[in-house]
Amino acid sequence: MSAPRLDVDHTLDTAQILVCCGSGGVGKTTTAASLALRAAERGRRTVVLTIDPARRLAQSMGLTELDNTPRAVPGVDGSLDAMMLDMKRTFDDIVLAHTEPARAQAIFDNPFYQALSSSFAGTQEYMAMEKLGQLKATGTWDLIVVDTPPTRSALDFLDAPERLTTFLDGRMVRILLAPAKAGGKAYFKVVSAGFGLFTSVLTKIIGGETLTDLSNFVAALETMFGGFRERAQATYDLLKAPGTAFVVVAAPERDALREASYFVERLAQERMPLAGLVVNRVHRTAAAQLSADRARAAAERLDDSGGSELTAGLLRVHADRAGVAVREARLQERFSAAHPTVPVVEVAALAGDVHDLDGLREVGADLAGGKAAAVPA
Amino acid sequence: MADFPDVRLHVVSGKGGTGKTTVAAALALALASGGRRVLLLEVEGRQGIAQLFDTPPLPYEERKVATAPGGGDVYALAVDPEEALLDYLHMFYRLSPNGVAARALRRAGAIDFATTIAPGMRDVLLTGKMKEAAVRSKDGRHVYDAVVVDAPPTGRVARFLNISEEVSGLAKVGPIKNQSEGVMAVLRSPQTRVHLVTLLEEMPVQETVDAVAELEAIRLPVGGVVVNMVRTPLLSPAHLAAASAGTLDRSAVSAGLSTAGVKADDALVGVLLAEAADHASRVALEERGRDALAGLQRPSYELPLLAEAVDLGGLYELSTMLREQGMA
Repeated sequence: MSAPRLDVDHTLDTAQILVCCGSGGVGKTTTAASLALRAAERGRRTVVLTIDPARRLAQSMGLTELDNTPRAVPGVDGSLDAMMLDMKRTFDDIVLAHTEPARAQAIFDNPFYQALSSSFAGTQEYMAMEKLGQLKATGTWDLIVVDTPPTRSALDFLDAPERLTTFLDGRMVRILLAPAKAGGKAYFKVVSAGFGLFTSVLTKIIGGETLTDLSNFVAALETMFGGFRERAQATYDLLKAPGTAFVVVAAPERDALREASYFVERLAQERMPLAGLVVNRVHRTAAAQLSADRARAAAERLDDSGGSELTAGLLRVHADRAGVAVREARLQERFSAAHPTVPVVEVAALAGDVHDLDGLREVGADLAGGKAAAVPA
Repeated sequence: MADFPDVRLHVVSGKGGTGKTTVAAALALALASGGRRVLLLEVEGRQGIAQLFDTPPLPYEERKVATAPGGGDVYALAVDPEEALLDYLHMFYRLSPNGVAARALRRAGAIDFATTIAPGMRDVLLTGKMKEAAVRSKDGRHVYDAVVVDAPPTGRVARFLNISEEVSGLAKVGPIKNQSEGVMAVLRSPQTRVHLVTLLEEMPVQETVDAVAELEAIRLPVGGVVVNMVRTPLLSPAHLAAASAGTLDRSAVSAGLSTAGVKADDALVGVLLAEAADHASRVALEERGRDALAGLQRPSYELPLLAEAVDLGGLYELSTMLREQGMA
């Protein structure tokens, strides 16, 4: 049984947003960069938004530091911009856009904000989606390629609108807002009167002073709540819109393919448009007719007969490779048996990491089935 | 003598795809052997441990998953932030998980807020659970001789472990402050080591080097480096050099194949030479990785690439190797 083949060039020529997701260590950032480069060289104005790329890959795209502004990538036969997400600056920009300067400064100075915007897990996912919304809104690019953080929670943004709504309308926020509305000091009185048991429990657990700090923080952000919700909803709608395509990236290994299954199922649940699966680092052999077992047996015969040590070594190298190729094929078949309609494309394993445009071009060509990027005139 | 005799909390991290879950499980088995009791903690909700030990998904309960060679038990727990929070409330505030107060918190959305929306809270709860398990004692004795944590990947691990420091900076006084300081005190103590799993490839090696620097900067104790999936070179150094240079003797290979009873056409010889060149660049890459890791001057351990996907038998094999190399 074989899976339908993912038509990468068709996706690159038609999508407006391409989201790459997958677990860590599968070459997701390289895939995102290769796809973006290929799209640009096929004539689309493209921007790639990366998150924490390896240093040398970043350099290959002319990115030297976290920089929230897309910059043209030199050496591309077309129009390609690239940027690395600066999550703190993205968060700061949202605050600035939604509050007057004095209040914004108060928010920036709040220790809760500093922690939230720079060091807490989870913020990255939300900010990546926020940035996507911003890039889209400019209308500058035909295609936006987004790399997502290498965790399962990369898909947490799918729940964001619902969670935010539940939270913002919930009692928790009303309780945290109560003291600020009552004028600071009256905290315990107001809150205790209104919420009794719950507040006393909360005070006991968090501590009165910290609760007051937190309360001030929530109050400072309150004016932005409506904005948060709207943006989360807008991003969610954007991801579901016809011009969006998700690409799940994996390596031909048990764990990575299991994570890929999770992503595929999760996207289906949310009715997000899945283009297909990219399997990176696939080992192939051009001499599959010589199986691993036969090659190993032949090597042993040479050892026994005192034959060529070199040839025995080469046969063992081949046996390893052929064995890996068979195992990887089996794992992929299992994935496709569970997800028979998901189109798949393979990329051959490379000896080293990719860190220049030519390397990205090669990966891009492999993704598209070995074709050069140029669109026939 | 093992390299970390006084360590009770082993935190295992590594770049995605390096096999940190497998190494954490093998380390737990190694530490348990000879009659000790070890808890293996999973904090990312992937149920990777259950898959590895071939058991049904772990409930929120410390459950025995394997017996170590020579006696000794490995227990496992997949930490769920919500359950950890209820646990914590129960332990410190005597709030019964099904009592009125817990229900009030739940209804108000406070539980959901704390475990999913409030960024950082999740990590506070998970690291708190790690510490609790490591120091838990009963009748004056530690319940577990060691706790092994399958921690978040290297890109995130420093932030994850340092979360309590961040939080204690937010809460100036009060119970959260005390709790966070308690967690940091254990994480920074001689009882704790953060081990890093890597492959001999460029990016994982670079991430390992970066992670060591990052962890040291926030004063978290780095333990050993476990190099996973190591391949043995299959050709002699001279042949490897010739393979890269493209100067291997074609006719010798062709003759060798005939001797071995394999039909030696030109195409096959060409494929074998090309595969040998790939193998040689791979070996060279691994050597460069080893050199970079040696610069870290940390105890280092090597585990081979197993022929098949790791199963329970494979785990025992890897755990024996870790013991032989002195990690446990």
